[in-house]
Amino acid sequence: MVTLDYKVEGGDFTNAGYASSEVKKVLKKLNVDPKTTRRVVVSLYEAEVNVVAHAYRGEILVEINIDKIVIKLVDEGPGIQSVDDAMQEGFSTATPEVRQMGFGAGMGLPNIAKNTDKFNIDSEVGVGTTLEMITYLNNNK
Amino acid sequence: MNISTIVDLTSGKEITNFDSSEIKIDFAMASDLMSDVLTLDTENTMLITGLANIQTIRTAEMSDVHCIVIARNKRSTPEMIELANESGIVIIESQHAMYKLSGVLYNKGIKEIY
Repeated sequence: MVTLDYKVEGGDFTNAGYASSEVKKVLKKLNVDPKTTRRVVVSLYEAEVNVVAHAYRGEILVEINIDKIVIKLVDEGPGIQSVDDAMQEGFSTATPEVRQMGFGAGMGLPNIAKNTDKFNIDSEVGVGTTLEMITYLNNNK
Repeated sequence: MNISTIVDLTSGKEITNFDSSEIKIDFAMASDLMSDVLTLDTENTMLITGLANIQTIRTAEMSDVHCIVIARNKRSTPEMIELANESGIVIIESQHAMYKLSGVLYNKGIKEIY
């Protein structure tokens, strides 16, 4: 098993995507097939941008096993008022700064759900949000 | 379509400096919305955009987009060029607007995705 751990700073758009980029390099080295790699890093990148856009700080924990990749993002931040609303395409609470970067269209969480085999979101208002994303390798669902 | 043909058709300038001769492009998407670009699941894809910031390159990296044409004379920052060179993503800067770039490339056989 390979484990990776990254810190993410809220508001740091210059470095948003660094962790996703590093994970992509590792998956390439491990010969994970390109389509699976794309699904994993697209969902991770969406989630990483969400932490930068909405939270104060966060941590990304990646576990690469022989049969699955488990990624957990734990952030300290305002949390999500309604996860049901946040899961609707087009719903967004992003700031103008986030929109200037090309995000904040309310497509992030639905796209994460589309690109992962299992996806769980747990949020407490005023505390933070934890996201768990699982992708099975070799169609081993 | 190879990169040098895209440079000619867009009256553009390739500003990344790695050898891009092996890259072939079949599909294009024109968007300033990176969330939209992240829904792509095609190979050999290019992006035509008016958005010139570091997240444009990160989005291309995650989506396996190998060529970005930046429209309307917007300039790439040194950080964007460095990251694109590292990631094997070609940046072409063009004076033309997204509408014209899309039309010219579509007319020469670059296909739409959606």
